[in-house]
Amino acid sequence: MGLLSKKDSKLILDPLADNNPITIQVLGICSALAITAQLKPSIVMAISVLFVMGVGNVVISLMRNIIPSKIRIIVQLIVVATLVIIVDQVLKAFAYELSKELSVFIGLIITNCIIMGRFEAFALGNGPWRSFLDGIGNAAGYGVILVIVGFFRELLGSGTLFGFPVLGNPVTKTGLYGIGYENNGFMVLPPMALIVVGIIIWVQRSRNKELIEEN
Amino acid sequence: MEHLELFFKSIFVDNMVFAYFLGMCSYLAVSKKVSTAVGLGAAVIFVLTVTVPLNWLLDQYILQEGALKWLGPEYAEYDLSFLSFILFIATIATMVQLVEIVVEKFSPSLYNSLGIFLPLIAVNCAILGGSLFMQSRDIETFGLALNYGFSSGIGWFLAILAIAAIREKIRYSNVPAPLRGLGITFIITGLMAIGFMSFGGMLTGGSEEKPALDGNPDNLGIQVEENIESTETPEVSTLLTKE
Repeated sequence: MGLLSKKDSKLILDPLADNNPITIQVLGICSALAITAQLKPSIVMAISVLFVMGVGNVVISLMRNIIPSKIRIIVQLIVVATLVIIVDQVLKAFAYELSKELSVFIGLIITNCIIMGRFEAFALGNGPWRSFLDGIGNAAGYGVILVIVGFFRELLGSGTLFGFPVLGNPVTKTGLYGIGYENNGFMVLPPMALIVVGIIIWVQRSRNKELIEEN
Repeated sequence: MEHLELFFKSIFVDNMVFAYFLGMCSYLAVSKKVSTAVGLGAAVIFVLTVTVPLNWLLDQYILQEGALKWLGPEYAEYDLSFLSFILFIATIATMVQLVEIVVEKFSPSLYNSLGIFLPLIAVNCAILGGSLFMQSRDIETFGLALNYGFSSGIGWFLAILAIAAIREKIRYSNVPAPLRGLGITFIITGLMAIGFMSFGGMLTGGSEEKPALDGNPDNLGIQVEENIESTETPEVSTLLTKE
């Protein structure tokens, strides 16, 4: 990365793996679980959060010296709420079906702990450019997990990706279904999201022993 | 009867944690000890009971389409519902601060036991989620909104209490090292959520179909999950009959 210094690129790359907001920092879990039954809403959600995080972090970072610390939470909430209203209105205008499907979870980006967490931990103490990178990095780390969970739940649960059947047709018994494969209907039910994330954590921590918790 | 139904539905069937995964961040972070979990749970019940009815009033008299009629006929066509996010979150943040000040003044012992949890609650998704669900389900009266806030709070309280108790015990078991802490908590919560799904039959008398509450907007719920249930239940039941 010629554009970014080594320290800056660390800001983006760290949250993708060893400092992932979902699996390590335990932030922003609510929305990660509720909307990942299919790949498409997961990606839309990831992009929405990317936008809110990137812009929000810059705004907060620009205002960091004039916000009185006593009311900073309210100021942060108002900034996020404004950005989320923009996302919500854009989605309603250009992807109405999808915005119906995501229903209240777009609104819940406001209280997504990743956003508040990064505002508090990073944007309040750093300049706009670094805050922007940090925001993008963390939102991307969040998006990666969302896409992984959405991918497996849609593939194993309904045998489709983005709504296209990739494993054959379950009714006419073509493709994999011809040799006796069945969809696992359980995967699309909400509780399985938790278990899939649990397994991702398991895999990640087996690969990197330093992340293992005491108990 | 309506109240009783909403009460049990919000606690068990539509449990904030197990059905919609709201408030997961604090649920995972603060559930290491039962005593702190009880403190946070109580604070959530309290704040939900206050903010849901308040936001109901806001929704009815300011935000909904035609809600401004009381200002005069020329305002009847305004639809301010796009402002709901910002107004709801502002109400919640101010109420939390207000509640903190009042509790500190009049009941220092309660204030000490709630401690740092009160300010944290402003950013708990369960609180904003409660208000947004209240809006999307068109809850009809003030009483029902109050009931909804209170009972969802109890549902959240139950969930965090249960997981905290389990986590205290699981410390003595031999969990595979990479799963320790966060990983095993996720999987336990998933198993508990599967258990809670069985409460879904509570209001239908155990029949497989969705409750035939025609015109009851509670059925609208979340679209994603509705779709899933309607398409997937037959498959699950055929699997069961095969065995």
